[in-house]
Amino acid sequence: MAILVLAEHDNAALKLDTAKVVTAARAIGDEIHVLVVGHQCGAVVQAAQALQGVAQVLVADNSVYEAHLAENVAKLLVDLAPSYSHILAAASSAGKDTLPRVAALLDVAQISEVIAVVSSDTFVRPIYAGNALATVQSHDAVKVMTVRASAFDATAQGNSAAVITLDKVFAAKTQFVSQSLTVSARPELGNAGIIVSGGRGMGSGENFGMLEQLADKLGAAVGASRAAVDAGFVPNDLQVGQTGKIVAPNLYIAVGISGAIQHLAGMKDAKVIVAINKDPEAPIFQVADYGLAADLFEAVPELIACLS
Amino acid sequence: MKVLVPVKRVVDANVKVRVKADNTSVDTANLKMALNPFCEIAVEEAVRLKEAGSATEVVVVSIGNKAVQEQLRTALALGADRAIHIDTEEELAPVSIAKLLKAVQEKEQAQLVLFGKQSIDGDNNQTGQMFAALTDMPQATFASAIKVEGNSIQVAREIDGGMQTLSLPLPAVVTADLRLNEPRYASLPNIMKAKRKPLDVLTIADLGVALKAHQTVVKVTPPAERKAGIMVASVAELVEKLKNEAKVI
Repeated sequence: MAILVLAEHDNAALKLDTAKVVTAARAIGDEIHVLVVGHQCGAVVQAAQALQGVAQVLVADNSVYEAHLAENVAKLLVDLAPSYSHILAAASSAGKDTLPRVAALLDVAQISEVIAVVSSDTFVRPIYAGNALATVQSHDAVKVMTVRASAFDATAQGNSAAVITLDKVFAAKTQFVSQSLTVSARPELGNAGIIVSGGRGMGSGENFGMLEQLADKLGAAVGASRAAVDAGFVPNDLQVGQTGKIVAPNLYIAVGISGAIQHLAGMKDAKVIVAINKDPEAPIFQVADYGLAADLFEAVPELIACLS
Repeated sequence: MKVLVPVKRVVDANVKVRVKADNTSVDTANLKMALNPFCEIAVEEAVRLKEAGSATEVVVVSIGNKAVQEQLRTALALGADRAIHIDTEEELAPVSIAKLLKAVQEKEQAQLVLFGKQSIDGDNNQTGQMFAALTDMPQATFASAIKVEGNSIQVAREIDGGMQTLSLPLPAVVTADLRLNEPRYASLPNIMKAKRKPLDVLTIADLGVALKAHQTVVKVTPPAERKAGIMVASVAELVEKLKNEAKVI
């Protein structure tokens, strides 16, 4: 049977996460379909058609789907489920919102945040903030799972999969009120090659300007620890950690971050980790490849100067 | 408005767990246990709704062996009115937990069911959404602000890239994110008072719910250790290493 991947998008563009989830799907089986649910999302459909390994793109384009509400998107997925052995989505805020509803309505378990495919019914997922990895075998007829996108490479482009239009429409009791998304010219945290992250040690939101300068020198994204978000220095969508974004960039520069278990859970799969902290005993140094025990207010400007 | 808050007993957030030598599970023997931090935030929010006059009663429920009564008492000390303990020794999947909670909700008929968004042990982030699906309720996950408005509730939620606001007709399900509130500390008089608050014990059989085995844990292993790093003496040395040794800039 085929594998269904729920596309991650904002009606305008397909997120790279979907290309990564398709890679996970290709490790499970051959016949892969991508479902695009949204409103006026033609460009997303085209981008999904181009993904290597995708046989069909199913499209449910209707104004009731504009806000991607879990309630009715789940009902649509359940309606399609009889044709599929696996239903996958990125472990994004949308995927985590929607897929458990699908699993419950199908009376199956969900496997969250899959980081490796062992076989078509056995998967690896982190538990306890990544301090243990559980290999779980599913006995359910349909495997419903969210995939940690940072654990998979994106599938290539250059395909032209067939498009199937879906007509059934499911309504939701949930009402969309408003949305405000952070606009940034920097790369998205989830897909950035380099991330510069700040913690409580930054002292204020203004001081994050220094990290933004450094990020721009490196073409990097800016992230933060929970402490920095809780203190109101930066918005919540920058949080890296167990319950924020899980990232695996080539280079992660942690500035003024002590390194709580919950933060490490979000970034310890980075290829190279740099820590800058004035406390040489900070736990962040235990996972850092390169540690610099220094005052960040001196080190960061010097670093920016070195890179200029 | 009655508020139902399902809560979980977990290993304390500050404890770093270890995998058992036989790779069957995580070793939780003799570790400090606590109310799951997200569940604590959910309890706090329910109590605040009661203090603000929006809620009339706060009922907490937990599933597990007798030890979970300790966390139920904690929730009562934070201000919940009564507790329900569903007594089982079994390790249940979130979908099974959601089915049991649905049976509780059929009796309780709460207007708002407030969950923590995930437990910090299983890291599943599923139970609230599953419960909402089984009871066909609207949901707002990852909530950072809640406002009750007559027969509906407005919820600001943290999503990838920013914030979203949804309005849900009641009854509804909300799952709490970190910044919904900062839970209070239970005062000693409230801890004493909590000991006398009602705590009912039910079994799975009492609820008449049939559960299935959905998956087998094949093994639990520690993650790959990172290679020990080095300390550099200066910014210049750091830049040199990143350029010539790690080759990442």
